[in-house]
Amino acid sequence: MLTAADFATLLLTFNVASLATMFMLLFGTPLAWWLARTQSRWRGIINAVVALPLVLPPTVLGFYLLVFLGKNGLVGEFTTWLGIGTLPFTFAGLVVASVLYSLPFVVQPLHTAFLSIGQQPLEAAASLRASPLDTFFSVVLPQSKAGFLTATILGFAHTVGEFGVVLMVGGNIPDKTRVVSVQIYNHVEALEYTQAHWLAGGLLGFSFTVLFILYSVLNTTPHVK
Amino acid sequence: MNNTPALITACITHYYKEFHLSVELHLPNAGITVLFGPSGSGKTTLLRCIAGLEHAQQGVIKINGDVWQDSAAGVFLPTYQRPLGYVFQEANLFSHLTVRENLNFGLKRLKAKSDTPEYHHILDLLGIRQLLDRMPARLSGGEKQRVAIARALVLQPCCLLMDEPLAALDFKRKQEILPFLRRLNQELTIPILYVTHAQQEVAQLADYLVVLEAGKVQASGFLSDTLSRVDLPLAQDRDASTVWNTTLLEHETEFHLTRVAFAGGTLSLPALTAKIGTPLRVQIYARDVSIVLEVPLATSILNVLPALITDIADGERGQSIVQLRVGQEVLLAHITRKSVLMLMLSIGNTVFVQIKGMSMLN
Repeated sequence: MLTAADFATLLLTFNVASLATMFMLLFGTPLAWWLARTQSRWRGIINAVVALPLVLPPTVLGFYLLVFLGKNGLVGEFTTWLGIGTLPFTFAGLVVASVLYSLPFVVQPLHTAFLSIGQQPLEAAASLRASPLDTFFSVVLPQSKAGFLTATILGFAHTVGEFGVVLMVGGNIPDKTRVVSVQIYNHVEALEYTQAHWLAGGLLGFSFTVLFILYSVLNTTPHVK
Repeated sequence: MNNTPALITACITHYYKEFHLSVELHLPNAGITVLFGPSGSGKTTLLRCIAGLEHAQQGVIKINGDVWQDSAAGVFLPTYQRPLGYVFQEANLFSHLTVRENLNFGLKRLKAKSDTPEYHHILDLLGIRQLLDRMPARLSGGEKQRVAIARALVLQPCCLLMDEPLAALDFKRKQEILPFLRRLNQELTIPILYVTHAQQEVAQLADYLVVLEAGKVQASGFLSDTLSRVDLPLAQDRDASTVWNTTLLEHETEFHLTRVAFAGGTLSLPALTAKIGTPLRVQIYARDVSIVLEVPLATSILNVLPALITDIADGERGQSIVQLRVGQEVLLAHITRKSVLMLMLSIGNTVFVQIKGMSMLN
């Protein structure tokens, strides 16, 4: 069965994934909206940068984060100057790394959802006295519910499943940065297959359940009474 | 609604890729003004510029003295601050809201009440009261468009802009909506700017007609004046016609006929059911009009009227287009060029016209 240490990693994983998902939705929504609406020539570059973690080996991303966030890195010097020390090997560092790593899983469903709304409802709203901000909250958000559901679930689930970035940036510190995927690795290293099975099976069940619910909800036709 | 008659001014130049729109229009702020032209003539772009959905690079747009755009002064009011109503080609209802919520969307933003007599009048006028709790996905195309029109009207806009509102509908649905549009014009004193490429809608709806071609105004004037201009392609068309405003005079029940009066005479029509005094729009096709020099002593054609030839132009394939004045009304006749020569017709001649048939538009 699961030990207290295993439960601690589960709780930590849940906390990291929840916080990271929250921040991803916070930053990802305006970013996806901008990407869907802009005619700017920067769109291509920004799109590529956001999508980079999809193709980059996690260790590469982790390595650069370690360098930038570390004591001699650009961001590291800034955070030190702010008096909050450096981020690597801390819970906060883990959240920051997770946000960057999983961002495309949030931005892309939102981007697609925003694009599929099209220009027409926005023009209708404008002709009915709604300002652009008002339109975003009263028309775009409600019509992108499915996109937000997908984004939230994919962002959360992908953060739960990460390993390479976590190991590089967070390390393997109990109660601080040791998440489930790392704990499974620890168990296997120590030949504790029973515990590894419990955790791995748990994650498998979790992932399947999440996707099953997601696709069931998305398949029911919205907007019909 | 708005009772002060004023002018809609739209003087704009707008470039979009290869397309160049350059117009200078002063339109009456009453009745239905139709912007007519083939696709690519710029009529929709013009309407979108007036609404602010498109930002015309240069120009002035004024409605009732309110400035919506004045490029020289750096003024450009965003669409949501312009007190207009807009009806799109597709009804464009919010799919996540019920019909009622769609109708109240704009009212909420104006902090206006929805329980006013005007609101209920519009619901009845468009016949959508029984649809209020439905989702847009459960409406027919015609119902959707009626809800969209009501949604714009309940805001009591200073003018209603309509961009080919019937183009996406089939013939039956068109016939379902057209009467609503005429009643709208008759019962609410709201000026309508109506974009279409369908000649039938022009005849049925327009009081004032603007003809656009390749981004330029080809003609702008009252319906009859513009329809009867022999130099325009409209008069050359096989379906060229003029529209007369008449009132129902009397029923000749024994002959199944109805007589209507126009400014300067009367016409006999197949029997109508409308009441005496009802205003009626009569459309007369140029191909149904023939010309004689003297009153024929014996003819089966009932409507023979004295007329004055005011213009003649050559049409295609041996055709001539003759513009005539009958009383206060204008009439077009398509006859052969040979007939023009044989009868020695010229401008200023007094003749008689025989009208073979005509159709009622309402």
